[in-house]
Amino acid sequence: MSKTDLQNKFDQYIKDEPLKVGDITLNSRLIVGTGKYKSFEETELALEASETEMVTVALRRVDFDADDHLLNHIDPKKYVILPNTAGCFNAEDAVRVCRLGREISNLSLVKLEVLADPETLLPNPVETLKALKILVNEGFTVMTYTSDDPVMAKILEEEGSTCVMPAGAPIGSGQGILNPNNIRIILERAKVPIIVDAGVGTASDVCKAFEIGCEAVLLNTGIAGAKDPVRMAVAMKCAAIAGRQAYLAGRIQRKLYANASSPPMDF
Amino acid sequence: MNITLNGKTKKIGDKITIFQLLRELDLHPQQVAVEVNREIVKRDKFEEHQLSDGDELEILRFVGGG
Repeated sequence: MSKTDLQNKFDQYIKDEPLKVGDITLNSRLIVGTGKYKSFEETELALEASETEMVTVALRRVDFDADDHLLNHIDPKKYVILPNTAGCFNAEDAVRVCRLGREISNLSLVKLEVLADPETLLPNPVETLKALKILVNEGFTVMTYTSDDPVMAKILEEEGSTCVMPAGAPIGSGQGILNPNNIRIILERAKVPIIVDAGVGTASDVCKAFEIGCEAVLLNTGIAGAKDPVRMAVAMKCAAIAGRQAYLAGRIQRKLYANASSPPMDF
Repeated sequence: MNITLNGKTKKIGDKITIFQLLRELDLHPQQVAVEVNREIVKRDKFEEHQLSDGDELEILRFVGGG
């Protein structure tokens, strides 16, 4: 094979299917949050480094004293804007935020998160489900944040959630994927994309999520909270590719005893 | 007349529209969502929607979040 033929064949060989969220197609499987960066410049650099194509944002009152704001630094042509319902503790508030977010993003795509209390930031399944039903009825494409409970994940899917996004660990905790077995059960039963959202602390957590078969990972603090967020964004990008490729390649079975890679000595 | 804007009382001119208020506040209509008395006002209605004395306005935008 010529060098070009080899390169073309190789590129084709390692090609991955894009991620589909409703009618949106994403080549990057990392969804990155825009909170907690030290500056808008750092936000821009970290997003660029992560090669993400979808970013989450929150909706808040305009600060009339601020001379700069987020949307001056995020190009909607480059990134799909995913408004979240962070800070909502009941279905009514979450639905209100989704309707308002749609007015700015011009998309019916939302990340639904209805939390139980400010200390644990754990999802409230009852209010989440209530909000989901209303949003689906209003034509929203809903990406729903939930705990890693396989029963709840299935219910959200059945009620029309476009993606189900179980937490690896509590929001911002950096504990990684605490119960990979639950995520595995969710994955085995799911017909919609499963996206690990929350809990990622470092690159290996992202890798792990993909290795077990998650379609994408959503993270924020893992990047923004690192000593060097831009470098960590590069690490997360590489981890996503590594984990996804390992999943597609299919890992070897774990064996108790050694298994030589070289043929036995024969001379 | 007085309105409540993002929780604070604000004096504004009579018969001012949402579009005019946004311009006064130096806000881009494409980058904000507006609620008047808890009802969303669509962007294409900003120019015609006149504010009334006592209206409660929320002007919201995207901020960093996860």
